[in-house]
Amino acid sequence: MNLAIRDIRRHKTRFLLTCIGLGLLLTVVMAMSGIYRGLIGDATRVVEATPAQIWVVQKDTRGPFAESSRLPEDIEHSIAAVEGVRRASPVSFQYVQIPRGDKAIRLFLIGYKLGGIGGPPVIVAGRTITKKHYEMVADRKSGYAVGDTIHLGLENYTVVGLTQGMTSPAGDPAAFVSLADAQIIQFQLDNDAIRNNRERVVSTYAQLASMNPFMRDKATTKALAAAENPHFANAIVAELEDPSMGPEVANYVRRWNHYQVFSSEQERELLLKGFIEKSQKQLWLFRTILVIVSGVIIALIIYTLTMDKLREIATLKIIGAADRTIINMILQQSLLMGLIGFAVGYALIKKTYTLYPRTTILQPLDMMVLLGIVVVICVLASVLGIWRALKVDPGTALSGG
Amino acid sequence: MEVVRVENLTKIYGRGDAQTLALIDANLSVESGELIALLGPSGSGKTTLLTSICCINEPTRGRIELDGVCVFDEGWTGMDVRAVRRQKMGVIFQAYNLIPFLTVLENVALMLTLNGIGQDEAQPRALELLEYLEIAHRWHHYPSEISGGEQQRVAIARALANNPKVLLADEPTAALDTERGKIVMSLLRRLSREKNAAVIVVTHDVRMVEGFDRVYHIADGRIQN
Repeated sequence: MNLAIRDIRRHKTRFLLTCIGLGLLLTVVMAMSGIYRGLIGDATRVVEATPAQIWVVQKDTRGPFAESSRLPEDIEHSIAAVEGVRRASPVSFQYVQIPRGDKAIRLFLIGYKLGGIGGPPVIVAGRTITKKHYEMVADRKSGYAVGDTIHLGLENYTVVGLTQGMTSPAGDPAAFVSLADAQIIQFQLDNDAIRNNRERVVSTYAQLASMNPFMRDKATTKALAAAENPHFANAIVAELEDPSMGPEVANYVRRWNHYQVFSSEQERELLLKGFIEKSQKQLWLFRTILVIVSGVIIALIIYTLTMDKLREIATLKIIGAADRTIINMILQQSLLMGLIGFAVGYALIKKTYTLYPRTTILQPLDMMVLLGIVVVICVLASVLGIWRALKVDPGTALSGG
Repeated sequence: MEVVRVENLTKIYGRGDAQTLALIDANLSVESGELIALLGPSGSGKTTLLTSICCINEPTRGRIELDGVCVFDEGWTGMDVRAVRRQKMGVIFQAYNLIPFLTVLENVALMLTLNGIGQDEAQPRALELLEYLEIAHRWHHYPSEISGGEQQRVAIARALANNPKVLLADEPTAALDTERGKIVMSLLRRLSREKNAAVIVVTHDVRMVEGFDRVYHIADGRIQN
């Protein structure tokens, strides 16, 4: 017969309430593990979803995610011409915040060249972008539906399709537009700003009195064109014929002295270091504290359950029960409490994790590790109760009731 | 056959000026099937003698033999005293000391499972004992659901479960009225005969020792026949 379970039946309300409380604590621990995995997933999603092995960005930057990067769109052709590169495409990334009702939604706007690299990896509703302008594919998480119209910059964009699972490194839903539209949204000035800018350029060049008027007009026109040129990208991504040629291609492009080149792995590392490191430490700290709190709760409850049956333990000793029997009883109660708490926590997180505002990814390995930790905590938590039980003098069972 | 032999057993509590002589050169011999009583007022040393025989109270000096095995000879002999209790002794308590979270049947079967007997065998044997003590109809009740007299019968059934050579009863009637106390004492008398166990009963109530084979009076730590 199992003494642990028989005893628990006597205190089932206290035991079950403790298990539920423990389960809630473990739910938070599991949620934190899931959020941590979600942070990693979000941070690296764009890099993972882009079928490119090489990221070319502005020189001396760690762009395009960790730092801002800006480089001419047309160098895609130079990069595409490098031996070993199958194709190259310019891409742009920016955040936009769109008012919706009394709330505002942040979108991670990705501009890509139609037919090139960097577009939505999957379409779950509607279609992909087929026109160069005013079409958008939004992530389902944004809440937009096919046919919705969104005002961005100077124009309206129609959602023609929905993708899924695409977020910014910070977890905001992504939206895809053509590179041309993205450049307009990011770089094109409004009419008043263009007028002011032109006047400033013209007046600056007008002050160069010593300059030949013909040359001055030419220079002014060039300066105006340069100031109004929106043909920039944040990075050029390249797909290679053979992924193992990555270092070779990267070294070749670096020799041009105008660009920085990262492999997808390096981009991933930059994202993880920049976006995750502090959150990771914070989450580890919270998780550690919660696991310790869980251990203290188990220890206290097991200790009080043991204190409630000191007389029975003394009786067991006097009728000849081995220490092993008494230790098993207390240890089994502790383990049972931890395992029920874990089951409650697991059931709860499985039911609720999709409702969390942040991406939460539950990995079986994390759950197994937590289960192992719970078992260790239960064993440690039972030590106090076991110590008290072993100290019980069997003679106390002989004293009157 | 002699199953309990106590020689010159002395127990001193405390040290120096604070020392108390609880038991002084106690000698006792009990044979199988014998029913003896240790009679004395509170503080006389009878429980000290009982707990020493029960191997839960270490005497200061002397010698104890149980069923021919020396368990104490100026010190514990290294025997697994809990195994000795489990295999050779049955203990009946003043307050019954049934395990409150086990049913009547489970309380009796516990003693058997502690001795390595499986549930399948332990439960029918426990039920037999309950029938022998005429309490089988209460097998599924918890101790809190039965009377004091019934609880004491269950406690006796538990003490008998391992076919003990020695049955130690510590004030077994103290929590019962006189009539029920006499019933329990007559039951112990019957057990000593039918189960051939040496039964040692500690009591302070002289009315309860009628029909005992021997009665030892204990006063100030000394045994007197």
